[in-house]
Amino acid sequence: MSEPTDVTEAADEPRESSEPAMDRALPESDALAPVVAAFDDVTFGVRSYASSDATYVALDVPVSDWVAFAAAAKEAGFDLFIDIAAVDHFRDGPRFEVALNLVSMSTNERIIASTRVPYDDPVVPSLTGVFAGANFYEREAFDLLGIEFPGHPDLTRILLPDDWEGHPLRKDFDIGAVPVEFKAGSSNL
Amino acid sequence: MTDVHDTTDRTAPVADGEDVPEEVAPEATEPAAQRRELHEIWVSGTEERMPFSTSTDEGAQEMLPRDEDSALSIQEGIVVDDDYDTMPDVVEEERQIINMGPQHPSTHGVLRLQMELEGETIRRVKPIIGYLHTGMEKTAEVLNYAQGSTNVTRMDYLAPFHNELVFSLAVEQLLGIDVPDRASAIRVLMTELNRVSSHLLWAATMGMDIGALSMMIYGWREREVCLDFFEKTTGLRMNHNYIRPGGVAADLPDGWEADVTELVQVVGEGVDEYEELLNENPIFLDRTMGVGVITPDECKQYGVTGPIARASGLNWDLRKQAPYCGIDQYEFEVPTGLHGDVHDRYTVRIAEIRQSLRIVEQVRDAMPRGDYRTPDAKVTPPPRKRIDESMEALIHHFKLFTEGIVVPPGTAYQSVEGPRGELGCYLVSKGGARPWRMHWRAPSFAAVQALPAMMTDSLVADVVATLASADPVLGDVDR
Repeated sequence: MSEPTDVTEAADEPRESSEPAMDRALPESDALAPVVAAFDDVTFGVRSYASSDATYVALDVPVSDWVAFAAAAKEAGFDLFIDIAAVDHFRDGPRFEVALNLVSMSTNERIIASTRVPYDDPVVPSLTGVFAGANFYEREAFDLLGIEFPGHPDLTRILLPDDWEGHPLRKDFDIGAVPVEFKAGSSNL
Repeated sequence: MTDVHDTTDRTAPVADGEDVPEEVAPEATEPAAQRRELHEIWVSGTEERMPFSTSTDEGAQEMLPRDEDSALSIQEGIVVDDDYDTMPDVVEEERQIINMGPQHPSTHGVLRLQMELEGETIRRVKPIIGYLHTGMEKTAEVLNYAQGSTNVTRMDYLAPFHNELVFSLAVEQLLGIDVPDRASAIRVLMTELNRVSSHLLWAATMGMDIGALSMMIYGWREREVCLDFFEKTTGLRMNHNYIRPGGVAADLPDGWEADVTELVQVVGEGVDEYEELLNENPIFLDRTMGVGVITPDECKQYGVTGPIARASGLNWDLRKQAPYCGIDQYEFEVPTGLHGDVHDRYTVRIAEIRQSLRIVEQVRDAMPRGDYRTPDAKVTPPPRKRIDESMEALIHHFKLFTEGIVVPPGTAYQSVEGPRGELGCYLVSKGGARPWRMHWRAPSFAAVQALPAMMTDSLVADVVATLASADPVLGDVDR
């Protein structure tokens, strides 16, 4: 009988991301050119399984450049705010991903830019100064995943009750032990 | 009991000890206090001078001493309530906070609007949501891909086919499979009919909200025709689970062409009737024109898409800009408005119903033959007959129903034009049969967020019209 291997210790170490590499380079895009020129660290491209060549992906935007990136993209014509999605990757690379989805209506192009932040410092600067619509989406990410957005005017829970404990979309949230919800009214409304 | 008002009766005879007064003396000669005890009703002229005495039924009606009742004093202007001094930011007019919802009938669900009013004018609005939050994005991480469409169809319960479609497209994008032409055409048929039924329900409730009550009846009547066809095709009136990764659940029923032809005719006539009813109606025009305006720039800022953005003049429709399911092969127009007010949203939606019916007719005439599911054995279960004949089919069947559809790792974003705007699904897979994360880009979420932009500095009476024109579905907002 072989010894059971202790998987927990090895698994605590963040591994390399399992995201497949983008195997298509960024096609010629006049709209995106100034953004590509301004941000060297960012990996631009098109994912091989994306439905259209006009959906670009910008990976690993540094957190310090997050607001500047959004502002530059808006300046370049990507001014229709669509979405901010947050993902808990757990042990697969830096833990939290925040993905911003913008559309350029004049050229019919879309960019999905994402940044990653670690578990012990889940802080991403707020985009509410660039896009007013980021307000609810950042509140949602704060509520469900516990990512903080300094600079947000009203960073409170949006979907869950104010006295809820924990962030349910985190992978380590215990779904077997949910307390009774909506038991009492909130105190500060 | 001595100090009574009516002292003239005090000389009236008092009954003896054992002689219980069966024969009561005439009322005029009864002592006042005794009379009241006997009848327990109010008799004029029997009031006691002392307040708060033995009986309460009259005491409650008495006026309280003025200096003790502060509320009354303030109301009568004897004492001035100087709340103003403690709120320095309110200079002249008094502002008050009014909560509308979450149980208000015209909020179409459980939306709560906290409004700060200055007289009749709204100065600030704060939408408060989450009353319908059921954690469906978390649930999606527990269900496998075959079960996923059962979950997502319940989000925007007025556009179930669109929810299923965008989820299926995202899964298919990660799988790298294409569905047969017939499946795509059926998807277009069902989603466009769903757009019609959703807009019909919107027209009905919108009419009810602004006082056109007969609109309520007519809208539901035509929507019922759509739901009958859905029921015939999918077995259910709502929450169909019909569009699934790999195709659709079943082929169209026999005689569907005739059903669709009749539906297009009935709904078309119904829409004519609505326009006859509302277009020239002065009350309807007064209540909708210039109300709840949102500018194109605000639409972009807040991520407002769909009919609201088109009513503001943005010519943006994902069916044209990012076509899915081959919808670009059908002819249709994208109606837009000019003013971005409630009335333009009405005209845009009514025009969209007609355009969707146009697409439906083209799909009916050009429905390709063939399979309605992908032949990929890793996605579509084999027919029952094959399982007895083929070992491969048995293995595939077993794997599909124990493990589920296995999706390679990756991230996909797929969006379709739902009845309320861009409906998106951000799907992250780490391999395996369950999504790692499913984020839902809900159009109503953005519309609710933009409500303050539409309502600020308008009148309270316009709130209901503006809210109805935004058409939020709270199942979509809260998920």
